[in-house]
Amino acid sequence: MPNLRWKAIIVAAVLVIFGAAGVYPIVAARYGLPAPGWLMNRALKLGLDLKGGVHLVLRVQTDDALGLETVTEMERLRELLSTNAIKVANVSQASSIEFRVEGVPEEQDAAFRQTAPEVEANFDRSTGVGGTYTFAMKPNIQVTLREEAVIQARQTIERRVNELGVAEPIIAQQGADQVLVQLPGVSDVNRAKEIIGSPGLLELKIVEQGPSAAKETFLVNGQVPSNMELLPGTSGVPGETGATVYYLARRVAAVTGRDLRNARPSLDQNNRPAVSFTLNTEGARKFGNVTGQNIGRQLAIVLDGRVQSAPTIEGRITTDGQISGSFTQEEVQNLSLILRSGALPARLTYLQELTIGPTLGADSIRAGVTASLVGLLLVVSFMLVYYKFSGINAIVALLFNLVILLGLMAYAGAVMTLPGIAGFVLTMGMGVDSNVLIFERIKEELEAQRGVRAAINAGFSRVFLTLIDTHTAALISAAFLFNFGTGPIRGFAVTLAVGLLANIFTSTFVSKTLFELALAGRKQVTGLSI
Amino acid sequence: MHIFKNTKFDFLRWRWHAMAVSALIIAVGIAAFATKGIPLGVEFAGGTAIIVQFDGPTSIEQVRNALAQHYPGGAQNTVVAEFGDPSQRRVIIRVPEAGQEEGSALSSEAEKVESALKQANTGTFALVGREIVGPSVGDELTSKGIWATVLSLAGILGYIGFRFQFSFAVGAVVATIHDLLVTLAFLVIFGYDLTLNVIAALLTITGFSTNDTIVIFDRVRENLRSMRRDSLDHVINVAVNQTLGRTVITSGTALLSSIALLLFGGEVLHGFAVTMVVGIITGTYSTVFIAAAIVSLWRGKGPARAAAQAPAAATASAPPQPARKSKPQRKARAS
Repeated sequence: MPNLRWKAIIVAAVLVIFGAAGVYPIVAARYGLPAPGWLMNRALKLGLDLKGGVHLVLRVQTDDALGLETVTEMERLRELLSTNAIKVANVSQASSIEFRVEGVPEEQDAAFRQTAPEVEANFDRSTGVGGTYTFAMKPNIQVTLREEAVIQARQTIERRVNELGVAEPIIAQQGADQVLVQLPGVSDVNRAKEIIGSPGLLELKIVEQGPSAAKETFLVNGQVPSNMELLPGTSGVPGETGATVYYLARRVAAVTGRDLRNARPSLDQNNRPAVSFTLNTEGARKFGNVTGQNIGRQLAIVLDGRVQSAPTIEGRITTDGQISGSFTQEEVQNLSLILRSGALPARLTYLQELTIGPTLGADSIRAGVTASLVGLLLVVSFMLVYYKFSGINAIVALLFNLVILLGLMAYAGAVMTLPGIAGFVLTMGMGVDSNVLIFERIKEELEAQRGVRAAINAGFSRVFLTLIDTHTAALISAAFLFNFGTGPIRGFAVTLAVGLLANIFTSTFVSKTLFELALAGRKQVTGLSI
Repeated sequence: MHIFKNTKFDFLRWRWHAMAVSALIIAVGIAAFATKGIPLGVEFAGGTAIIVQFDGPTSIEQVRNALAQHYPGGAQNTVVAEFGDPSQRRVIIRVPEAGQEEGSALSSEAEKVESALKQANTGTFALVGREIVGPSVGDELTSKGIWATVLSLAGILGYIGFRFQFSFAVGAVVATIHDLLVTLAFLVIFGYDLTLNVIAALLTITGFSTNDTIVIFDRVRENLRSMRRDSLDHVINVAVNQTLGRTVITSGTALLSSIALLLFGGEVLHGFAVTMVVGIITGTYSTVFIAAAIVSLWRGKGPARAAAQAPAAATASAPPQPARKSKPQRKARAS
């Protein structure tokens, strides 16, 4: 029977291929057997809930990016107005996507309208009463900016996580504005959170006045001058905790963290931990100009909106600078890392955090393996008792099912989670369903006085469509489960779905081939142990 | 070996009893839900859960006192319970609050709980795990969970409607909703938390229960071709009896593996395993007593002919025959 021989070869080949891909790497890793690297790279990966680690979900506050764009455009218009000598009463930000110009003199209205169009690439202008104009960001620009902010944030987080040296991290966008971060093997959540979520915005600004403990000192007509801003800092010698003081500094930064080439931990002149930085060519040119023009004045080193120190500029500086303040050794290490990986385009908010300690993960693995073995033992004993010899057939098909399941998951790079193990155990119990269905039908056919071969053939063919129907319905619910779930539940849905697919093959093809092999070469088959 | 051999139970005769029993369980569940509510897991409700492992023996009472004295929220809304095997000295503490969704303030409540334990001198401990979920994630997951269940039921309804007839689809979906309600009622009555894993188990039961139901429907469809003069109720009864052995065995093996999970799967999977065990039992029950009964109710008491599908009409001249001796007609299976 050449046909049967081919079937047997296919069955054996499937066993070898999937066994090598799915089962052997697990066994080899457990008992230290030799295995080629390419095979081990494809080994089934464990999810965070089994390995231990940190799982974070963050929201990117994309409003920040819009606000930044609005302020930038507003400042640009303000500058244009002053160059063109158009005197307006007030220019102010109304919301993260709107700013307003008030009191445009009537005689300069035409000139204003001529100046403003440049801003209108990204903003819609609407005219109000009394020379008031409102500029609102165009909706499509808002969408683009939000999308860019999320992508940039994800990339920045990626750089920071890589600098942390975490093996196999997962950083993925989730929904419109969320980023999922999984850090296997990390147990210090707080450090990870601080490094990921710190804005990391470095700005070097020229100080106009200050420091002073009272904000009022700087006010002109009760307001901060329009091109200036008030920045908080700490009084006293760096390294000691002092009271909050304020600096009046230019709103536009001379140099920002974007112009950094490198940042590294170092020591300041008092041997306290500090961060030294080097600027790139463009940054060095700008920094040289600004410092050259402002010798004798103070330069504020501003980190995330707070003045760290404000040394006096003693000469023209180009490439190198230092951030000193009251830092610990660990802080300067984190800060250098953050500065190297660039600033976040927007603030991040933590929505969810999950820490799984290594012991909890190890316990879960142990529990999962025990449950799998016990489940297998129970199902196997039941099938042997109930179906006798044919039970062996069902068990072989079941083992095939599990091997294919592990192999396919490993090949597809799927992740094994604790719910995934539950899916694995359930696959054992539910996977024999197809065999039960077939065997019960064969029994019926045997009772209806058919020959053994005819009964087996009828059993398999009658049940085939039923199997397709039941498996399709189960796959539909697995698909929705996948769509619904986060990490671990997805692992469960994948296990379930792959198990179902493998089951169709093993119950209809492998199992039938086994029956045929068992009956091959026997002329008269009088009974079947079922 | 046979568990059931040539049974002739009249399952449909008991359908009103069966529905009354189910209705009773669901009603008790709803009453319990109305009075106690269903405790939502941290994933859905938001909040903070901390698992700590003490180095020395520490009682639940001590932990509770520590929180009452030193945790700003007090102990009244917190849940303190042993986690896993008592010999591991692990305790899970749940508080309904999470920190603000602002910057990295989310973990502030967790830190307060940890410092309360330290202040009260309950003994040294190590943090084993921590889960903190802000309200926005919880809301999102809840709506996602409801949609997943509704859509998966709709998908199954559509598929069975396409492969069989609409009345069958109604039967399958009613039976599945029944299983979900009965399982939920059980969880509410016995005070289990509704966690992500439990929802996963509920969705699995959706698939499992339909699976069982489809096998019976398939047999009904097959029998309809050979038993065209018999009443639909009779045809359904015969089909349920024919597949009874298979239904019980399959549920039995699935139950065996779920019990293995329940006993050995560890604390994290406990809710999942309980849900599976209950769901498999009610799934089997509804397959036998509810699903087909709904089809029969939906179609009324007409002869099987009315329910037969178009392909069956091709074998029109077949004489009425009892189901078990109808081999020639079985070959006519075409759909």
